[in-house]
Amino acid sequence: MSSTHDHVANDEPSLEVAPRREVSPPVQFVTPEGEVTALGEQHGIDLDLARQLYRHMSLARRLDQEALALQRQGELGLWLQCWGQEAAQVGSILALRESDYVFPSYREHAAALVRGISPTELLSQWRGATHAGWDPTSRNLHFYSLVLGTQTLHATGYAMGAVLDGGEHVVAAYFGDGAASQGDVSEAFNWAAARDLPVLFICQNNQWAISTPTSLQYRTPVHERAAGFGLRSFHVDGNDALAVHAVTAQAADIVRRGQGPALVEAVTFRMAGHSTSDDPTKYRTAEEFAAWEARDPLTRLRTLLEHRDTEPSWFSALSAEADELGVEVRRACRAIEAPKLDDLFDHAYAHPHSLVDVERLTHREFVDSLEVAG
Amino acid sequence: MTSLDATPTAGATPPGTKTTTMTLGKALNAGLRRAMQDDDHVVLLGEDVGALGGVFRITEGLQDEFGAQRVVDAPLAESAIVGAAIGLALRGYRPVCEIQFDGFIYPAFDQIVSQLAKMRARSGGRVTLPVVIRVPVGGGIGAVEHHSESNEAYFAHTAGLRVVSCADPGDSYRLIRAAIASDDPVIFYEPKRRYWDKGPVDLDAAPASLDRARVLREGRDVTLVAHGPTVKTALAAAEAATEDGFSVGVVDLRTISPLDMDTLMRCAETTGRMVVVHEASTFLGIGAEIAAAITEACFHVLEAPVLRVGSYNLPYPPAKVEDDFLPDVDRVLDAVDRALKF
Ligand SMILES: Cc1ncc(C[n+]2csc(CCOP(=O)(O)OP(=O)(O)O)c2C)c(N)n1
Repeated sequence: MSSTHDHVANDEPSLEVAPRREVSPPVQFVTPEGEVTALGEQHGIDLDLARQLYRHMSLARRLDQEALALQRQGELGLWLQCWGQEAAQVGSILALRESDYVFPSYREHAAALVRGISPTELLSQWRGATHAGWDPTSRNLHFYSLVLGTQTLHATGYAMGAVLDGGEHVVAAYFGDGAASQGDVSEAFNWAAARDLPVLFICQNNQWAISTPTSLQYRTPVHERAAGFGLRSFHVDGNDALAVHAVTAQAADIVRRGQGPALVEAVTFRMAGHSTSDDPTKYRTAEEFAAWEARDPLTRLRTLLEHRDTEPSWFSALSAEADELGVEVRRACRAIEAPKLDDLFDHAYAHPHSLVDVERLTHREFVDSLEVAG
Repeated sequence: MTSLDATPTAGATPPGTKTTTMTLGKALNAGLRRAMQDDDHVVLLGEDVGALGGVFRITEGLQDEFGAQRVVDAPLAESAIVGAAIGLALRGYRPVCEIQFDGFIYPAFDQIVSQLAKMRARSGGRVTLPVVIRVPVGGGIGAVEHHSESNEAYFAHTAGLRVVSCADPGDSYRLIRAAIASDDPVIFYEPKRRYWDKGPVDLDAAPASLDRARVLREGRDVTLVAHGPTVKTALAAAEAATEDGFSVGVVDLRTISPLDMDTLMRCAETTGRMVVVHEASTFLGIGAEIAAAITEACFHVLEAPVLRVGSYNLPYPPAKVEDDFLPDVDRVLDAVDRALKF
């Protein structure tokens, strides 16, 4: 922990609670250069898993690049890139069971792809055709939450329901370093911990919340804060997919066994601007970007796989698969149709609502009158 | 009603020596800068307001000029921003908060409605909270969910808050300075789809009063009442109506709380017909209040009921359909026709 606040300096006995001083470095299995660490050797490197992770991450990166291009061409209104965070997302979601219900934030495209969300479903929100791209129950993946931190409380309540239902459960919630400052997130930590609820909080610390660096966001890292709330806490190199997978699996196991909530802080980097509307050169340096580029999650895994005898043909087959995905993303995006305002009147309430009925009629009459007027 | 505002209520202020053309966003930036130069107790708080200058660049350059102590990048928590602003105000400062988008003000709802709005009354007038909460508001920019809402009615319904809505560059410059100078808390709405509209700004102009509407266009047949982003829509509709031979006036409310009832009544008496236009849904919106108040105050002069044009009672829809959702010139003209046919 930071020692900028030194405790009692004179000889008086300190009456203060002992500060936590130990720093838990992030768990790492594979270095940025693709070497396996001692901890990685000890845990064991599963090459099949590594290939599976690499495949999902490569596909996610391709989708992300295509979506960026589509936004620049005016086909999408906005896009928030997951570039750089593929390991944090793929590593964590692959460590969960498909039956584990997950609440993403809004940048979890790589995680969504793993859960089988199609390009059409993923892009329709960013093309301005819907507020929620997919049916959340069909893949146990809730749709995106844009109001920061709110989904952590939804996960807490969902976990309460799971407990009422009985059985073993993990309910996961993704959020960012910035969102962690919202009261909702602290409230979720607290409630989940107080009642031993089966929630797995996954914080992708990508260093920036738009232009605000974590240094202005908080003094104590999120994984330490979570521990203070009584959560089991993990800290992992978020660009190391194998480490993220192992850490998430261990955390999920604790949660599943009913030993209370846990948190995984995955340290990563938002390589792109916050969104396609953002200009990151206004607030961060090229050096910082370069330092993180050298820690790219895909490069590291590829180097490892190449060193461990994965055939070049495997990589070329994957790159062909990514090309196909690219074609599909472009096709799917352009085919997304705008809804009709008329249809939206049907979805605001479960039961008939007289005001909505009147307004639907008013709207239809107005549209008809324009057509008559031609 | 007495007003300390000496400038004419009509749109054009007499050109001062420092009249320049700038966008509405730049005019707000200039207004904030001027307020910070004039009073070193003015401090800005918000998400990304520092180095970035805010996502709409309204605070651009201000951190360089006034330092990170006075232009504060807040942790990402709206309740914290408003709650801390209250504390700063208790300590004698004049905080100006930026809420990044309309739809993100709700985490601060308690701090605004139960704390900021009520503290003065609770204290019997002993406590003064000169806090401004700037909110980029409304739709029309093709944004994703929570970035296009019009929530002025929630706050106008809360006693203790003033609610201001600016519409063009010159007036925005005057209104933001008035809001900062006000000893009451002000919710200050900025029409985000008009941020890039250009217009004359008189940098010498006095701050506006916070209880006077502007008659932007006199009319004989119908008065359109609008605020913020729909002022431009109303002006365009009024212009279009002249082609059909009707004389349509336009009032820019500027302040929603309080409403300038004198000006509204005078216009109702002149035209006998009034149409209120806003982006928020009509149900329990500002238009409903104006219709009721005008009906109560001058029923005898009305030739038609006061009509409302707003959006539907639905959550703000996805961007692809917002053009059908927001009131546009056609919908305003349709209401003008209906008013004329009564
Ligand atoms: C309650 C709320 N306030 C403000 C915003 C605007 N906003 C969107 S994303 C963002 C930064 C989020 O940063 P972080 O949580 O670190 O996630 P990242 O975008 O880096 O993935 C902000 C301020 C919002 N969406 N919700």
